Amino acid sequence: MNLLPLWEVFVRTRRGLDHKHIGSLHAADGAQALQAARDTYTRRQEGVSIWVVEASKIHASQFEDNASFFEPAEDKVYRHPTFYDVPDELNL
Amino acid sequence: MNKHFQYVLRMGDNALILGQRMSEWCGHSPFLEEDIAMANCALDHVGRARMLLTHAGTLEDKRRTEDDLAFLRDEREFFNFLICELPIGDYAFTLMRQYLVDAYHFHLYSRLQTSSDGVLAAIAAKAIKETTYHVRRSGDWIIKLGDGSDESHRRMQDALDEVWGYTGELFAADEVDDFASSKGIGPDPHALRLDWERDVFDKLRAATLRIPEEIWPISGGRQGVHTEAMGALLAEMQFLQRSYPGLNW
Repeated sequence: MNLLPLWEVFVRTRRGLDHKHIGSLHAADGAQALQAARDTYTRRQEGVSIWVVEASKIHASQFEDNASFFEPAEDKVYRHPTFYDVPDELNL
Repeated sequence: MNKHFQYVLRMGDNALILGQRMSEWCGHSPFLEEDIAMANCALDHVGRARMLLTHAGTLEDKRRTEDDLAFLRDEREFFNFLICELPIGDYAFTLMRQYLVDAYHFHLYSRLQTSSDGVLAAIAAKAIKETTYHVRRSGDWIIKLGDGSDESHRRMQDALDEVWGYTGELFAADEVDDFASSKGIGPDPHALRLDWERDVFDKLRAATLRIPEEIWPISGGRQGVHTEAMGALLAEMQFLQRSYPGLNW
């Protein structure tokens, strides 16, 4: 069993892109988490930057809140900008 | 033996034998993240060994390849430092050995980047990036475990006491080192020692560890005289090529 705290790892794969969640790992502190992330997730040139966040510091929405959080948006399709005629030249 | 060949061969042997030892942890490290990191670093050493042994092969006239040098030499023909071949012990011992050798490699490869041997300088330019990471990683562990719990402190101190006598060999200059430093191929071991001691003493003190008294230095690796652990290491490492000569995949 691993008694070290859990860290979430975010890697930016190329300059100009966002950091994306790539996985998690155990480490004693932030410095060690960065090193472990370097060895675990970037050994095949997957990244140019790493963020680590202690998992316990993340506040996550809860599944039982899904009805009130997300379902109200389901019948409000007008919030998508799909009711416009877009000129072909825009090539969207 | 020509001294330039011997100088590069020794470095190749250090990388190969240490890499082999580190790889023994693969699948057995204390936890998964550490397992991956240790295997990663082991591969850095094996990769370095390939470059150094290939280069060594071009410096003698026997046309031996990296594989010939790695797998078809006997114990007395290996010239690594004894510290590299010592059994892995517990994880405290592994990390302590790792840190002391990483700190040595850091200063060695920093200087080798300006070697008059262009190939060696190029190898060093690659190796120094790896080693900068290695020494940061192992150095952090020295602090964490040395200045950690009672048990981790005790184990790190035991490891330090056990391995310390093998560190003198890292800086014992002989005619090969003198040749290398006189030709600008390699650094002066004495200057190397001063840099190493400064780093290592600082780190060990920060880790609340007691630096052992000057003790009888244990050496022999560079004369091909090894510890009892070396034969078994070679038997495992060379088994395939010895049993199935010329085997390829």
